[in-house]
Amino acid sequence: MPVRVGVVVFPGSNCDRDTVRALDLVGAEPVVLWHEQASLDSVAAVVLPGGFAYGDYVRAGVIARFSPVMRSVAEFAGRGGLVLGICNGFQVLAESGLVPGALLRNASLRFVGHEVAIAPVRSDTAFTRGLEIGRGLRMPVAHGEGRFYADAVTLDALERDGQVLFRYVDPAGMPADPDHLANPNGSLRAIAGVMNAAGNVAGLMPHPERAAEVILGSDEGFGIIRSLVESAAQAVGQGPAVIGTGAR
Amino acid sequence: MSIIELEVEPLHRRLGVTDDELEAIRARLDGRDPNDLELAMFSVMWSEHCSYKSSKPLLRTLPIAGEGVVAGPGENAGVISIGDGLAVAFKIESHNHPSAVEPYQGAATGVGGILRDIFTMGARPIAVLDALRFGDPVDPRTRHLVDGVVRGVGGYGNCVGVPTVGGELVFDPSYGGNPLVNVMAIGLLEERRLTLAAAPGPGNLVVLFGSTTGRDGIGGASVLASATFSDDDPSKRPSVQVGDPFAEKLLIEASLELIDRGLVEGLQDLGAGGITCATSETADRAGTGILVDLDAIPRREPGLAPFEVMISESQERMCAAVLPENWEAVREVCDRWGLPVAIIGRVTDDGDIAIVQAGQEIARIPARALTSDAIVHDRVAAPPTHRRDAPAPGAPSEISDRLPERGTDPGAVLLALLGSANLSSRHSVFRQYDSTVGANTVAGPGRGAAVLRVDGTTKALVATTDGNQSVGRLDPWLGAALSVAEATRNVSITGARPLGVTNCLNYGDPTRPEAFWQLSEGVRGLADACLALGLPVTGGNVSLYNESASGAIAPTPEIGVVGLLDDIATLVGPAFVMVDDAILLIGAAGPGLVGSEYAGLAGEATEDAPPALDLAREAAIQRFVREAISRGLVASAQDISGGGFGVAIAECAMWSGLGASVRLAIGHSPAVDLFGESPSRLVLTCRPRYAAALELLARQHGLPAETIGSVGGDRLRIELTLAGATGAAEERGGWVADALEVPVRDLSHVWEHGLARALGWEG
Amino acid sequence: MTSFRFAVNVTPKPGILDPAGRAVEGSLGHLGIEGVQDVRIGRRAELTVEATEVTVARAVVERMASELLSNPLIEVFEIESIAGASSATDSQAGAD
Repeated sequence: MPVRVGVVVFPGSNCDRDTVRALDLVGAEPVVLWHEQASLDSVAAVVLPGGFAYGDYVRAGVIARFSPVMRSVAEFAGRGGLVLGICNGFQVLAESGLVPGALLRNASLRFVGHEVAIAPVRSDTAFTRGLEIGRGLRMPVAHGEGRFYADAVTLDALERDGQVLFRYVDPAGMPADPDHLANPNGSLRAIAGVMNAAGNVAGLMPHPERAAEVILGSDEGFGIIRSLVESAAQAVGQGPAVIGTGAR
Repeated sequence: MSIIELEVEPLHRRLGVTDDELEAIRARLDGRDPNDLELAMFSVMWSEHCSYKSSKPLLRTLPIAGEGVVAGPGENAGVISIGDGLAVAFKIESHNHPSAVEPYQGAATGVGGILRDIFTMGARPIAVLDALRFGDPVDPRTRHLVDGVVRGVGGYGNCVGVPTVGGELVFDPSYGGNPLVNVMAIGLLEERRLTLAAAPGPGNLVVLFGSTTGRDGIGGASVLASATFSDDDPSKRPSVQVGDPFAEKLLIEASLELIDRGLVEGLQDLGAGGITCATSETADRAGTGILVDLDAIPRREPGLAPFEVMISESQERMCAAVLPENWEAVREVCDRWGLPVAIIGRVTDDGDIAIVQAGQEIARIPARALTSDAIVHDRVAAPPTHRRDAPAPGAPSEISDRLPERGTDPGAVLLALLGSANLSSRHSVFRQYDSTVGANTVAGPGRGAAVLRVDGTTKALVATTDGNQSVGRLDPWLGAALSVAEATRNVSITGARPLGVTNCLNYGDPTRPEAFWQLSEGVRGLADACLALGLPVTGGNVSLYNESASGAIAPTPEIGVVGLLDDIATLVGPAFVMVDDAILLIGAAGPGLVGSEYAGLAGEATEDAPPALDLAREAAIQRFVREAISRGLVASAQDISGGGFGVAIAECAMWSGLGASVRLAIGHSPAVDLFGESPSRLVLTCRPRYAAALELLARQHGLPAETIGSVGGDRLRIELTLAGATGAAEERGGWVADALEVPVRDLSHVWEHGLARALGWEG
Repeated sequence: MTSFRFAVNVTPKPGILDPAGRAVEGSLGHLGIEGVQDVRIGRRAELTVEATEVTVARAVVERMASELLSNPLIEVFEIESIAGASSATDSQAGAD
């Protein structure tokens, strides 16, 4: 039986359909979760998709945080449930305090929409199973507020504790400086994705769900979605415990 | 100042209604005078924008019949069947004047408006292309407009979740005081969900949903406020429309759900003319009337006068005809999507738009008087006294430029063209748009036509916009015909079959005979080209009065084309594919450099003219390339347009990172053959073993074809030889100029940075 | 020369649609907040001007506010004196 993975739909979500499609491709059963609903319909994992939840006029992600479904997602995460936030979903998770850091306005002060490469920092987490550490995965970014920020102490701690999941890398495969085009938004330490200390909640700015088929220019995001679904399947099989490794 | 001098013109004139038009209004009201509210409604509905009163007689000459056309001109968008029970809806529309005033909101609401035209018909919007035209990029005013428009297109499209997959960005001094913002949208629908903008069934409810109504876009009609209604602070009467893409996103989802569940009998979006336009058009189409209860319309602010409510252009609103028994379900859908919804009237059988306030009827106008029976003007067309004709096909060439002989290095010219404001990469603009949301974008902006897969099928839609103003300013027939030729060619070279044409006709003041002549010639060129290529015009938009203190714009027929590729596996792109592939030149260069980008750099010779267009040859070359691709003979296909052969082959090289070495026979002059923009020419590549078959196929289609070199290396090398001297140039008189040889890396460098430099975005 | 500190508050013109304000109002239900309406969201800039006297300094800020910080088509501004030297906060509606 395919594993049930929830896709939260806020008013203004616009990557929900793409995420549902990518989950389908991986063989999961996508379950749409409306923002007004408190029940998560017994899903094994939750994806917060990209978009502009509630318009994102005030600050990306801030209003979504107060929706009924997010209270349930926070509880679910607190019980060890797997949650992945993509783009706007990452912003919602950061605003909710479920993952560390903040996503600030892009350094260019402009929206960025183009292909980048991100390299997994670890291959032993619920979100990066089977991925090659340091190998760039091509996928699009599309956001106006994606500059990862945390103070230096926090950044050091995130790196030390293994909470940095993905970095933007330049064509040579090195972490991209904040002023390099390969780092599309000026993220500190080229951070494109992070996870919480427990290792069950992660967010990333680029869109793996739009890079899950060769016809769309890249299928290198597929592995991230597959990793989430496999981890979710394992979690269901083994009860509520988290798969993968949390902080080191 | 005396009291007499303070006397102003009669109200109708201040509303832009001429004395003749007032007479025509009276005739449609059984001889009575309209009251102020009615006059306001007429003034917006009889505006050029809503009534097409100058262009209607011309537009009737366009071919509209075509295979698979499900909805054509007169509907919100053209709809063409693509098989599998699916259809594509598409349309292009202008938002020039609002963008000149407030570039961000003008462009944003332009995107919003065209998207509504698409989903009103039951189609989910899947792509936006924006064709933008501005003045000199060095001018600070231009830079301000470019920045605002680009942010506006992105700000709206990115948020609403429809990818921006293509378009144009063109600089020409004639747009200095009057930029053009033309936006094309494409949607996909199940044919059985097609919904028309009609209000059938007397007794049905008229339901308004979406945003509340405020004083947006009252514009010229605001004279009514001071003249008759109140003495409010004028600052409370904003005319700039502000877009709310979040509301639009909700409106898309709610509208498509209503259609999907069969809850609406007809649906119309609110744009220019607001509630007046939506009610009168839907009633007229259904042969019904509508009784509007003014008090039931949800307002954003208190104190709106009736005319303000009736003509407000507040964005993100929809009007539906609903069976009474479906009202509760409609309300539930709107509530769930957080959209205000109200019953604002009923469909009647008297054919009138009647407005009731506090139980009193305050206006009554036959619906058709506002729409299908609006006034039509016969304008006077007169060509300018001095014109230059295009040389006839095959005419002896007047060599207007002797560039290499003059000592100019053709490689330097090529680099200058590639780095120019109009030919350099648009990437620094396109990267501000989300081109991949929706996960259907196979080929995004910047490299020829956009390609979108049709999910769940093997098919793909191919779309492009093209407009030629530089030739159009000299010969508006030719400019329009070239625009159609180039747009359709860009679709055909992917292997796709063009389905239909949408157009946005941007011209000057139609009461000026020369401007009206330009418009009528443009429409004639559009019609001739569409007939020659066997394509229907499925809709479009006319934008007149594009003039500023510095003069009229160059006539700009913006053409949008959507094509269908049956099997996406056969898709061919413009970039070189493989080392050693043979490079073929199909078609032959004709004389004439006027209107080319080269002429923009080098200047125009007075005796020269634009290149000619042979529509039969254009049709043949498009048939040929589609057949060649469907037979699997073609590796890459590129058309020759802006910047001529040199820029075309340079793009093939830059986009692949592969070099090439070719010999180009100079039939006219090096400038004409290398950089001239005569149409109906292609650069193809194929595996070497297919080259002979491709040449043969081309000749069978009556087209000159020649294998001119091969792909490989890291440089672009073009040897120039005398015509007929390929292979034995030295024996036939030697080289006519030094070979052009530039590393591909250098081509890419100037191409990638040209636009940002021109706009001052980078040093 | 004296330093004068000002704040410029830029808000949407009355009557102009404010999508941000609307979105905030729409979300209040989730927070259990009632009775809030007419939310209008703008921007605030704080700045210091060196000038011989306050009227000169204010004229500079006026120009900045009207030409740079606000878009007169859709926004109005208000200038506040927030100098530590002066305890009084005066305010003045924008010229538009």
